Amino acid sequence: MASITLEHIAHSYDPNPGGEADFALKEVNYTWEDGRAYALLGPSGCGKTTLLNLISGLLTPTRGRVLFDDKEVTASSTAERNIAQVFQFPVVYDTMTVGENLAFPLRNRRMERQYVRERVQRIAEMIGLESDLDKKARGLTTDLKQKISLGRGMVRDDVNAILFDEPLTVIDPHLKWELRTQLKSLHQEFGHTMIYVTHDQTEALTFAEKVVVMHDGRVVQIGTPKELFETPAHVFVGYFIGSPGMNFLPVAVEGNKAHIDGATISLGQDYGKPNGGLRLGIRPEFVRLTKGDGLPVRINRIQDVGRHKFVNATLFDIEIDIAADEGFAIESDMTKVTFDPEKISIFCDDWRIDGKTIVQTHGGAF
Amino acid sequence: MTVVNYSFQDSFGGNEFFWVGLEWYRELLNSERLWDAFGRQLLFSFIILLIEIPLGILVALSMPKKGFSASICLVLMSLPLLIPYNVVGTIWQVFGRADIGLLGRTLSDLGISYNYSQNAFDAWATVIAMDVWHWTSLVALLCYAGLRSIPNAYYQAAEIDQASRWSVFRYIELPKMRGVLMIAILLRFMDSFMIYTEPFVLTGGGPGNATTFLSIDLVKMALGQFDLGPAAAFSLMYFLVILLISYVFYTVMISADKSEAKR
Repeated sequence: MASITLEHIAHSYDPNPGGEADFALKEVNYTWEDGRAYALLGPSGCGKTTLLNLISGLLTPTRGRVLFDDKEVTASSTAERNIAQVFQFPVVYDTMTVGENLAFPLRNRRMERQYVRERVQRIAEMIGLESDLDKKARGLTTDLKQKISLGRGMVRDDVNAILFDEPLTVIDPHLKWELRTQLKSLHQEFGHTMIYVTHDQTEALTFAEKVVVMHDGRVVQIGTPKELFETPAHVFVGYFIGSPGMNFLPVAVEGNKAHIDGATISLGQDYGKPNGGLRLGIRPEFVRLTKGDGLPVRINRIQDVGRHKFVNATLFDIEIDIAADEGFAIESDMTKVTFDPEKISIFCDDWRIDGKTIVQTHGGAF
Repeated sequence: MTVVNYSFQDSFGGNEFFWVGLEWYRELLNSERLWDAFGRQLLFSFIILLIEIPLGILVALSMPKKGFSASICLVLMSLPLLIPYNVVGTIWQVFGRADIGLLGRTLSDLGISYNYSQNAFDAWATVIAMDVWHWTSLVALLCYAGLRSIPNAYYQAAEIDQASRWSVFRYIELPKMRGVLMIAILLRFMDSFMIYTEPFVLTGGGPGNATTFLSIDLVKMALGQFDLGPAAAFSLMYFLVILLISYVFYTVMISADKSEAKR
């Protein structure tokens, strides 16, 4: 096991990349700590898989170095790096039995027979396939095949890291949760570094201690689920994390006040006078409908999803989402909204900016 | 239907026919000539399958995977398949001639005695070489198509599992080529079992009867000797044999496929 350091890594599939646009993965500089569970989150085509393959050694980076602990492995093969990887679609060796499939990575490394048998038994129990060990892999369902793939990824206990490339895409929803929980408990049991690629935020947020959000070939934020939710570093994180995503309003900012269409919104911090395209971001959870003072809205529709009510409303020609508690009674004369000042983020040219915390001399902003 | 009628009757010309029942069939099945041709035919099909299938796989494995060179390879590979059968025969007939042919001349200059029209072994070698040249690319193209359909993740997974080159072939490529290989074997078997034009042009079935395969024998019987009755019986049996073998072959392969899937 080892920590994995990416030093100014960038990758282009073009052998002679010109500008930055040619890079599928723009510069990344990050150290993956040993024994933690990470999720790589982002929409399709944002470079997640590229980053994963660079770590596993299936790709060699155009620029930069990869280090395992202090040892450079940039040019090393996957085998030398001793990495396990599970792919999006099940990869099983059709003509082998389930047991042979699980044993394959160990046998190729010439492990002792006794050890192989024990490991296979152990993994089979874990993924619930111990009764199918002698079955041919060919006739199994996609779910079971993917379980074999997962099992093959975990069968070696000396790997430096286990990488998952959207492994649950082909799994039925009710099994997804179960498998993810198993993966998590495995992580707690063995303490392998795990990197889990997904485009599903729920998967990422429930699996990982740290989530790496990627957008357009760039790592836009690395943080705990809480940080991503409360202080998104980029407009994309605000929009991508959360359901529905963050509301954005174009504003002008001066000190601790934001101005929009002649109205003023109090902010939790003092931003001075920032330059650039400014937007105010607020999560639907921190927007409140009220009868009293606030910004005027027109309610478009209300969706009751059980635990929450989602209200879609128009504020200064911009559609915003509001999340209200289930018990919250929405009345017809609620035509104003207020924002929780502490939860407001200000973005300058899409990136979050931090202001100075205001020492409050009187309680409550509104 | 005419052929069926012929096979049960005898004629002495002048459009007069006599019912002879199964006489022709009995006579044919007891004739050494038919069994010899049948043996040669089986041997021929067996040898060319033994050469063309592994060679085709090997060629497919070593073909470039993409890019311009892959297209060039595909075009070159399909060229022999586009040549008419009798032209193939003619090409090899000239190619093997000891006086002017490139192959024949080279071999004689090297001091190897080679004459496909007089030596039975040379005739066989030439006919087989010709068939391999003509048809291996079909097997190779089919296998190539099979190989291309394997998702890249399989190779990546094998790399991560530290599988040897042999394991990759044995556990990934071969199982994935199974379907196309079945078709390739079936096609090559049927085709080689019915081979006529190329050996007819090249050796005419000789020297002696050395390369007289079933179809050549049949034509000799029907058109050379004008024995329409026995020839009709012959062709019917020939047809049934091919049908039977192909059917057995197909059923065995399909059921092997199914039983494997069930287990």
